Amino acid sequence: MAEWTPSGTRDVLPDEMQELRALGERLRTVFDAAGYGEIRTPALENEITFSRDGGDAGPAYRVFDEHGNVLVLRSDMTVPIARVVGNRYADARLPLRFWYEAPAYRAAHPRRGESREFMQAGIELIGAPAPHGTVEVLNVLCESLTAAGLTDFKVGIGDVSLYASLLARYGVDERQRVKLSRLLARHDFVAVAEALERMDLSPADAELLASVPRIHGGPEILEADGPLDAALGDLREVHAALAPETARRVIYDLGLVRSIDYYTGVIFQVYDPGHGQPLGGGGRYDNLLANFGRPLPAVGFALNVERLHIALTGEERIDG
Amino acid sequence: MADAAGRGAASGRVRLAVPRGALLGETLDLLDRIGIDTTEVRENDRKLLFEDAGIITMRPSDVPTYVESGAADLGITGKDVLLEQAERELYELADLRFGRCRMVLASVAGPDRVEEARRRLGVVRIATKYPRIASAYFERAGVQAEIVEVRGSVELAPLTGMVEAIVDLTATGTTLRENHLVIRDEIAVCTARLIANPVSLKLKSAAIDDLLARIETAQDDDPRRLTAPGPSGPQTATGE
Repeated sequence: MAEWTPSGTRDVLPDEMQELRALGERLRTVFDAAGYGEIRTPALENEITFSRDGGDAGPAYRVFDEHGNVLVLRSDMTVPIARVVGNRYADARLPLRFWYEAPAYRAAHPRRGESREFMQAGIELIGAPAPHGTVEVLNVLCESLTAAGLTDFKVGIGDVSLYASLLARYGVDERQRVKLSRLLARHDFVAVAEALERMDLSPADAELLASVPRIHGGPEILEADGPLDAALGDLREVHAALAPETARRVIYDLGLVRSIDYYTGVIFQVYDPGHGQPLGGGGRYDNLLANFGRPLPAVGFALNVERLHIALTGEERIDG
Repeated sequence: MADAAGRGAASGRVRLAVPRGALLGETLDLLDRIGIDTTEVRENDRKLLFEDAGIITMRPSDVPTYVESGAADLGITGKDVLLEQAERELYELADLRFGRCRMVLASVAGPDRVEEARRRLGVVRIATKYPRIASAYFERAGVQAEIVEVRGSVELAPLTGMVEAIVDLTATGTTLRENHLVIRDEIAVCTARLIANPVSLKLKSAAIDDLLARIETAQDDDPRRLTAPGPSGPQTATGE
């Protein structure tokens, strides 16, 4: 019995491998055409490389090497690529464009079908500030999902800094802001509203702040005035520059949160009716590169290839 | 929507997971008030899938499972269930305010055996159907606790001396009193909640927002909203 794979990992056999390979090829074609170069990094990194990046989605598996150093299995490709830029591209002309298809490792509930080892495909665009870098990555994201064969997908776009800055404007202190963002990360709108009611805010302000994470829809929601007006600037700039093919896929979502801590601005997430959970996402991480000696604005996305594969099969079933 | 066991949030109408058991009556009342015809559900005890009304029925603790997978877009279940299944990836959209009950720590009347066990043994034994809620509660308090998971009548466990106390859901407190148990602490107040699948919430947002708006209107019109929630209020346990 012990001779099977560890729980949350699996072997991929030829029938599935053939489909995954074909899917990967379709993504690669788009990434190549957009001028991105393929990169490979080790599955093992020094623990220090990931240590600044907290969050639920950080590394879960650690090993000692033969000298007693602590190594981690990478929990994503964004951090290793940021390290590569610091190591190897100190004087390179910007922006830098990389794509990858590689396994990443995270803590999971294997009984619920989550994988400890999962295949990610994505891109990183480094040295391209908002909004144009963000727009380029969103356009490539939609092109690659279309090339993969998805027809009904949508991309939710939010701004990780929006809610915190709005709360700050209403005088909500740092401790309370952290608490609220934790409740929001759990998607518990009831608890967010209750926590706001208990804070030192007028009932009208508490109600307004409780309603903001619920605002989502087309570009019309970016027209909001009042206190939200200034907070929506970054999203408006992105919207104005999107390719039409991308714009028709977009849902603006002021309550969007991601489980990774290094995002700084506009973030996004991919939804498809063929899967009950998001297929992937990404966003701006304008502070991460500074940890590796190159303070550069950056943006990228990663798709969960196995979920993408399931969603493709799911769309076939819904349409058929 | 033909595929009942669909993995994803299939396109089309919104499908709602409705809890059988103690929350069923008030859930159906609410659905009636917002214009969803529940006659067929009321008339069928055994049927589980009602395509015309867009309703599937199940035990309350299965509601998060169906909603997380996307087999149902929305669901109604007790906060007790959501607390116990905190790792689920879903949205908690609204407090429906009915089915109010309390998650409590209770032990046999008289000197508190929890305190005695803490003082003399450093560890307490707790019987519960809610192992995660109970563990989290004692971890927050820094108390070493042995959590004994039981399926049937939890009240039996402290009466036989198997444990010092129980963590359980109570609506009126009658069962506790009948078994000579007294409430030592209130861990949480639980009401029915409306939950949503994260992908459905984005892809079917117009239909879901509309339903939510109708629920909010129905709640504002509900005379019970004016009565303070308390012992005299409507009370139902999710208990299965």
